[in-house]
Parts: sequence; C-alpha cells; structure tokens
Amino acid sequence: MSVNQAITEDVSKIPLEEMDLSNPLLYQNDTIGEYFRRMRAEAPVSYCAKSPHGPYWSVTKFNDIMRIETDHKTFSSDAARGGIALGGIGVPTEASAMGGLEMFIAMDPPKHDEQRKVVSPMVAPHNLEALEPIIRERAAAILDSLPIGEEIDWVDRVSIELTTMTLATLFDFPWEERRKLTRWSDMVTATPGNGVDSWEQWQEEMTECGMYFKGLWDQRVGGEQKHDLISMLAGSPATSNMPFPEFLGNLILLIVGGNDTTRSSISGGVLALNENPAEYVKLMNDPSLIPGMVSEIIRWQTPIASMMRTAVCDAEVGGKTIREGEKVVMWYLSGNRDSEVIERADEFLIDRKNPRQHLSFGFGIHRCVGNRIAELQLRIIWEEIVKRFSKVEVVGKPVRSLSHIIHGFTKMPVKLHAR
Amino acid sequence: MPKVTYIEHNGTEHVVAVDSGTTCRDAAIDNDIPGIDGDCGGVCACATCHVYVDPAWLDKTGRTVAGEMEAELLQFAEDFRENSRLACQIKVTEDLDGLVLRIPAGQH
Repeated sequence: MSVNQAITEDVSKIPLEEMDLSNPLLYQNDTIGEYFRRMRAEAPVSYCAKSPHGPYWSVTKFNDIMRIETDHKTFSSDAARGGIALGGIGVPTEASAMGGLEMFIAMDPPKHDEQRKVVSPMVAPHNLEALEPIIRERAAAILDSLPIGEEIDWVDRVSIELTTMTLATLFDFPWEERRKLTRWSDMVTATPGNGVDSWEQWQEEMTECGMYFKGLWDQRVGGEQKHDLISMLAGSPATSNMPFPEFLGNLILLIVGGNDTTRSSISGGVLALNENPAEYVKLMNDPSLIPGMVSEIIRWQTPIASMMRTAVCDAEVGGKTIREGEKVVMWYLSGNRDSEVIERADEFLIDRKNPRQHLSFGFGIHRCVGNRIAELQLRIIWEEIVKRFSKVEVVGKPVRSLSHIIHGFTKMPVKLHAR
Repeated sequence: MPKVTYIEHNGTEHVVAVDSGTTCRDAAIDNDIPGIDGDCGGVCACATCHVYVDPAWLDKTGRTVAGEMEAELLQFAEDFRENSRLACQIKVTEDLDGLVLRIPAGQH
C-alpha cells in the first residue's frame, strides 16, 4: 500500500490549476482515481488552461455531468466545433477520426437524429432476443476452447474474441476475416508507437478499412433488405446517399462502440471480482445476481472514461461560467465514483440497490445506442463462466490502455480453475 | 390515494396506489413494475421509462411537445407512438386517479 500512499501525497500537493486529467499515463498506471477524488472534493468544475490538447474544462461530479448531457442545445457534439473527444481519438488533429470523419455521435440534431434512427432498430430488444442464442453458443465455444490451469491472456482469448464475433454478426462481416474489425477498432485509438508505427501506416490501414467496407456496401446497396447494420445503412433514405467520409465515420463509430467498450468491461469485471474476493463468493453462491452485477461492472469499469462537448453560448455549470466556444470534458469515470449520488461509490458491490444508476452509457440524445447489447454480452459470458469455472484467477499485473478516453486493458494474464 | 394501472406487454396488470406528487416512474420503481428501468433516476435523460398512455387519459396527462427533451429522447425509443410518454414526466395528481399506462414490448 505504500505506493498508493505515495501517490496520494503527491496528488494532494499538485496545484489544482496544474492538474491535467487528460494525461494518458494516469490511466495506464491507474493513479487517476486519486486525481478525480481531489477534483470532486476541491474543484468539481475546473479549468485546465494548459494541456497538449489546449485548454478545457473538467466536470467531475455526477449531477454536473448529467446537466451537460441533457442540454445538447448548449453543449454541442458537432465535429465542426470540436467533436466529442478531447484531442480527437488518437489521430492527428487535422485528420481526427472524431473530427475528419463524420459520424452521428459527433453531430447535433437534426442530422444526428436522422442517422441514429437508422441504426437503433438493429440493437433494439426484439432483435437482441434473436441474437441471444447465437451469442451464447459462441461464448460457450470460446470458453470451452480454453485450457484449465495454464496462464492465458483473457483480453485476447475472451474479451476481444467475444466482442469481435458479436460485431461480425451485427455487420454480417466475412467470418474468417473478423479480426480485421478488431484491428480497425484499435487503429482508431492508436498513435505512432502505441499500436501503430507511423501516421502513414495509420492512414494506409484506415484506407484499407474504408475500401473493405465500400466493397460490402456496394454488394448490399442494391440487394435484398437484410437485417445487418451495413444493409440497414445502405437501404435507408436517411443514410443511403451518405458521402464516403460520413459512411466510413459511422461504420467506425459502430465498430469502436461495439468493440473497445464491451471488451474492457469483460476484462474489467474479472479484475474487479479478483480484487474483491467476497463479491466473487457472492457470485458463485448466487448466479441470479448476474444481471445486477453486469451493471455494476459497467459502472466500475466505465469503459469510456470521458467525452467532450463545446459550449455554443455562455452557460453555468456547478457555479462556474463556461464561455461560448470553450471545451468541456465530462469525466464519467469520476462521476461514477461520486458518493453524493451513488452510495458507497468506491466499493464494487455486485448486489447494490440501484446498479443501473451510472454514467457509463452517457445520458440524453447521445446515450449509448448499443447499451442493451453490451449488457447482453456481459450477462451471457458471466452465466457461461460460472457454469464452467470456479474461478478466473488474475495471475499477473494487467496492462492498461494508454488513453484518457478508452478505459481498458491490453493484457490480463489469468488462470482458469475448473468447477 | 390515486391509483395507477400499469399493464405489461404480456397483459399482466399492476394496480398501484400512488401519493399525489410522485411521478409514474418513481411509483413503478418503488413497486418493482417489470419493464420500467428508469436508469437516469427520473430526470428525463434516458427514455427507459417509456409508456403508452391509454388514449382516454391523454388530455389529462398531456402529450409530448416537439423539440422538448422528452420528445427528443422518445423519437429513438423502439415503437414510439403518438401516445408515448416518459413515466418520469407524468406526476400523479387526484385528477389522474384511474390512469392506465401500457409498457412497450421492447422495454425489458
């Protein structure tokens, strides 16, 4: 514990105005929690004048974040104003994936509304009912293929595998090539030296991604109407004539949305249960706790640590005046630890009373469109895990993602114990 | 105390006595009515308390207003209809004694 104490002392000595919550190292070394704790207590809405991404406001408390989420008329997501992610996502500003490519998450109404409505039926509950047996069969096959008692990487063997399979199903993507989806999803958040060698390589791979999807699109645009996401986009008047950057942008949005996020929660849940053995015992004694546990895992992990908005007029948040044109970062990861709203917020409790009350899916018109499918995958994988293994034991230090946005893991060594 | 009837998509009825001033979302949560999650805590931010107001009651509950948050959220809800409302935006009064709300099939 001495390491943690040292970190705490350091954090308390940093002048508030020098705290830059967008420093990705704080997420990789998992010290960000102490920073958030101090911000919530001392400066819940605060201005960071200097960061590699320029100046921005940080909002760290649950209700202040909710205030911004539900006021999209004041707080814009429009890519032209700055988009939805501080610093874009990994990409150089001039070609930012969240700025240069157009996707409905980075639009305001009315265009946002038209495009979102095309995609949302795909992940509506009646479609998910049809998907459940397929996902369960695949989850079972993944788990049955794993060796007992040997060290394996949970991120690669389970988290990535399951979410990629689900995504390939949603896209009706050529099955044998499905790991391309994983690669492209990672590419969106990659930077030279961190997942990719150079921006040239990045450009090349994203172009390949675009061409690949263009091929699928062309096949499906005139074909019979099927229920995969590409056919839906190709077949709807609101989206069938999308310019190419918009088409690619929306596909990438769906890939990242359906890949990085649930992947991180599948891994994060294993770690949380290992760090809280009493909760693991509760789970094994009563698997009917799984649906609530799924929400708790999503809160605890908060796979998207932050999103950004830009004020279109002066506005007040938490007693501070945010000026027109200023950027506002909502730190969901912090809001999800706000004990003024969430009881015992610092504890991972799989049977807590209101587990669905968390910010991980966002709120308002940009609320995660795939939240039900995320929950579905997590519920199924855990139902299948407890049937097979008495414990998924974390046997080495997990490696965390270097990002202030994607809050996840790149490696998690585990050993499986048979039931 | 006014009574509100919630009807699940499979036809199961739940009649609940509700204090005036309580929202139909809060009353549903307090009484464990299946199909109303109310994830956002009842602040018109998530559309997980979508209900269909029985047409006979629409004038008393009121309808959504285009351009306002409730309507903006509901347009993305599965099977959005003219009598769709968010239960968190309907406050129970004596006038609403006997109100009937139906829960969409797509809301689990």
